[in-house]
Order: sequence, then C-alpha cells, then structure tokens
Amino acid sequence: MKTILNALGARRVRQLSAVTLLGAALLSGCSSVKLNGDVPVESRTPTSASTVGKGGAAGGGLGESHVESVDLTKGANGGSGDVGAGRIIYFDFDSYVIKDEYRPLVERQAKALVADRKKHVQLEGHTDERGGREYNLALGQKRAESVAKALTLLGATDAQLEAVSFGKERPAVQGSDEATWAKNRRVELNPR
Amino acid sequence: MSLRRSLCIAASLGAAWLACPLPATAQFRVEITGVGATQLPIAIVKFRDEERSAPSLSVSGIVRADLERSGVFRSVEAPGPLDENSQPVMTDWRARSADALVAGSVTRLADGRFDLRYKLWDVVKGVAVDGQSTAVEAADLRLGAHRMADAIYEKLTGEKGVFSTRIAFVTKGGGRFTLRVADADGEGGQVALNSPEPIISPAWSPDGKQLAYVSFERQKAVVYTQDAATGARRELANFRGSNSAPAWSPDGQTLAVSLSRDTGSQLYLIERGGGNVRRLTTSNAIDTEPVFAPDGRSLYFVSDRGGGPQIYRMPVSGGGAERITFGGNYNISPTISPDGRTLAYISRQGGAFRLFRVDVATPGAQPVALTDTSDDEHPSFAPNGRLIIYASRAQGRDILMTTTLDGKIKARLLSSTADVREPVWGPYGR
Repeated sequence: MKTILNALGARRVRQLSAVTLLGAALLSGCSSVKLNGDVPVESRTPTSASTVGKGGAAGGGLGESHVESVDLTKGANGGSGDVGAGRIIYFDFDSYVIKDEYRPLVERQAKALVADRKKHVQLEGHTDERGGREYNLALGQKRAESVAKALTLLGATDAQLEAVSFGKERPAVQGSDEATWAKNRRVELNPR
Repeated sequence: MSLRRSLCIAASLGAAWLACPLPATAQFRVEITGVGATQLPIAIVKFRDEERSAPSLSVSGIVRADLERSGVFRSVEAPGPLDENSQPVMTDWRARSADALVAGSVTRLADGRFDLRYKLWDVVKGVAVDGQSTAVEAADLRLGAHRMADAIYEKLTGEKGVFSTRIAFVTKGGGRFTLRVADADGEGGQVALNSPEPIISPAWSPDGKQLAYVSFERQKAVVYTQDAATGARRELANFRGSNSAPAWSPDGQTLAVSLSRDTGSQLYLIERGGGNVRRLTTSNAIDTEPVFAPDGRSLYFVSDRGGGPQIYRMPVSGGGAERITFGGNYNISPTISPDGRTLAYISRQGGAFRLFRVDVATPGAQPVALTDTSDDEHPSFAPNGRLIIYASRAQGRDILMTTTLDGKIKARLLSSTADVREPVWGPYGR
C-alpha cells in the first residue's frame, strides 16, 4: 500500500493517517489479507440487526434498511389551516412592531375578546422567505407575541390567545420580490 | 504523472462537469464538480453478472460513484471482462494510469439472496490486497454495494468510509411534505412521514434508530421523535407557542430544544421520554438551533442577543455564552465535526447565504467559504468528518449537495422532481 500512497504525494500521505493501513487491515478482523500471491475471498454474512417491524429475520423481506412510513395525509383537511374570518397585520422587514394603521384592527379584536371570554384567537406569525428556517420561526413567533401583547394590554386574557409561528413555511404568496415578501411578513388572527 | 492523467485533470479544470472518461458501462448519472489536490486513480470494472442478477441497480456503479463523491478517488477507464477470480495483467492497468483495480461479481442465490464478491488489487505494487464475499437480502443489495465501497475506501485511505450511512431530509411537492430516509448518496429513499403540513429540522439520534423533527400538523411547531424502523412516534415537546430545533446529546438521553413557552424563543433540555424540562438560556433575545459538541459538555447555538443572529457556545451545565462568529451580521445553522474541531455554518454575505467553516480549536482562526452559491442552507457533517451535506438552490429548484472540507469536490445528490431541503447526516451503523 505504501506504493499507492507515494503515488498520491507526500502531502496527501500526511493528510491521510494511513501508514498503519496494513496493520489496520490485519487487525480489522473482518478479512485476512496476504500480501503476496492470491488473496482468499473471505465469506461474511452480515448480522441482520434491525429487522423490527413486519417480516422479521426469518421472513427475510425487510433487511436492515427498512423505514416504516407514517401517513398523516389520510383524512386530513389538507392544505393550510382554515383562515375563516381571520384578520391580517403586515410588518416591515426585520420588524415586529405593529404599525399605527393596524391599531383599529387590534382594538376591534380586543373588544370582541373582552366581550366574550369564550372567544379564542390563534395568532400565527410569518416571515418572508429570506434567511434560515429556525431563526425565521423565532422571528414569526416574536411577531405573533407582539400582537398578543397588544391584545392583552387592551383587556384580552392569556387564556384566550395562543401565539404560534410558521416562520417562512407557509407563505401567503409565492415569489421572490419585494412585493411578495411584504405580503408574507404578517400575523394572521384566526378564530379558534 | 502520466500524460493521460495530466490531460484529464486539465480538462476538468476548464469544464463544469468532470469530463474524464468514465467506464463506458456506467449506469449512474453522477454530477461531480471540481478537482482534488491529488486523487487516487482507481479502475472499477463492471461486475460479472450484475446486469443479469440485479438489473435494477449497478453494484459497481454504486461503488464507483461513492468513491468519486468522497473526493479521494478518480475513476479511470476499466474495460472488462474481469471478476474476483481473474489474474489481471498489471502492466495493462498501469498503462491505463490506474493505481488500484476492483473487479467482482453479483450472483443470485437459490434462496433469493445475492452473493456479492469483489477483489481489490494494488496495481502499483502488482498484488491483490483485499477481497470479500457477502450474502445479502434483495432489500440490502444497495447497502451491500455501499459496504463494499466503505471497505475499499478504508483499505486504501486508512479512514472509515461513510457510504453505508444514511441521511434524512424533507421534500415538498404536490401540496405535501415528506420526511425521507435515504442512503448517503441520496438514493433508495423511503418515506418516514407523509404530511399535508410542513416538516423541518430533522435530527438523527446518535444510535441512528430515531429521528426527531418539527411537524406543523397541529397548526403550530411541535417536536416529535419517531423510531425509523417501526414508525412509532412520540410527541416530545408541545408547549405553548413554538417548539422546535431538536438536537440530541451524544449519549442519546437528552435533547436540547428551542421553546417559546416562557419569554420568547429560549433553549431548554428535555429527556428523550419528554420529561424533566430544564431551562438553559435566559437571554432577552432569540436563542435557537442548539447543537451539542461531541464531548457532550458544551452546546453551540444561534442567538441574536448581540443584534443580528450569531453563533455562540455555552456549557451544557449552564453559564455564560462565548461568541464564536464575528464575520458579518448574520451567522446561523451550526454543525460541528465529530472531532469537535471544525464548525460549519451559513453566513449571509451581501444578500447571499453561503456555507462557511471555521477551526474552533484554533483561537483567531479565519472562516473559510466553502461555496460560491447564494442560497445555501442547513449543513450537516458526515460521521467521518470528511464531507458536509447541505441544501442549496440550482435552476429554480431546491437540491442537496455534498462538499469536501476544502470545498474542492462537490457532488449534487440526484433527487426526484420534488424540492428537497433540511438534510441531516446519520451516524455509523443502522
């Protein structure tokens, strides 16, 4: 093997911790190697470790690679959640501040919640598509919580609200331009 | 260096795709770019009877593609016929510039299993140096080919191969999302979860038996763990608000998660059974994307406590966080190499999101860009620390890529028409 390593060049030899190649092969325990002459072809039967699930080892069908499938699409409503009579508040880039133009909406929603304590609202925060999924999930959460806070300041109770986030996973509009991004940076107020 | 080899390398430097001659019978489409500093030229002859015995896949093709994707090997012309019992004429193979030669056979057995055999010759020295025969179930043919590639890789480099490991990733298409488990080459995918709602942030348990992930099936982010072989699911974290970013501790007993249940997205530890929830960070910021260091004693994570998102490190036992990334104002999605020395992550430079790596064992080390694309996401180290898988975008589609640590050899993992994202590399063993 040293001859192959020399062909690769000294730099590669340093990079590969490979001088013990042959030693490792002899010690590996999975194949006996003779340097000169014929190398006997050694037989190995891998132990079928994880044959949990249908079939089992004796059935022989599944092998070691089987992944069981869980299907949530059967009987599901499908598509995005039921927006119903929800309202939407839009946000500026990188911001979770509720702009003045949405004050009346927030006040109306808070009034409705104060008037009927059985009413619940889910606040769904969203971001545009730019950036990482987890960080955007957290940014969307901040937007939703900002709206929740505004509502509780106006009298809604915590129990009537849940602030959640879809991050960038559920855009309202597909596209990669400023106009699209602006329509996706939002909080939806969905009655629950 | 032979004339043929230098011509081959010269052609590759100019071409977008590797233009060197592959064996004419290659049934695999392999998209590999780049030229390594030095690559071992290897000839892999089509295996005797492989087309007849196992027509649905090419065992020798899988071995060839695996070895090339590692960046360590370059295929050379390998005319047959040859098998593990042959006595190859070494001068012929030296004339083809091969330093190593592989030949073998695939035989269907009476009980429905397959007998995979190969022999490996050191052409330079002129001797056979390895050979194995393995009987595999039909369902494990692909795995058998990958294990063969691992054995050859280990024999010639002295390092463990990752070809028989698995990856998990998410697909989006046709109004559905799936969480899939596939071989490390992206092939042989099986569906672990099929959902009408998004799935993000899959994470393998250290024993490779379970996947943690975030599902939006309940119209919010909830963390689940699922046994890959049985499909048994557990709702791990469904507190008020968003539950996400699961990361397994190296001993597999604990997960770190990001929960918004108290005061905004913060890091918590939770036992694999769902109990004993302990808060870990107490910042007034977003803390998310935790990743355990391989020794289990510290955690890398993303926080915007300093303004924009940056990567920090803190002790798992609690305490102050040390900032790790300083270049630019947006650094996310950390993944740490198995030896704990190299951190790979995504950095926003201008408007582009690009894969970077930095040596965290050397104070003051400069980060190095590994790509020149602009929509990179979600990197994950292979268990031998030699390759990184990540998501990117090409021709309007979300794709999966692997890269060597020097950024020189990249491979695109072939996928279906669905968009693929969120790749995560599984451990050794299944």
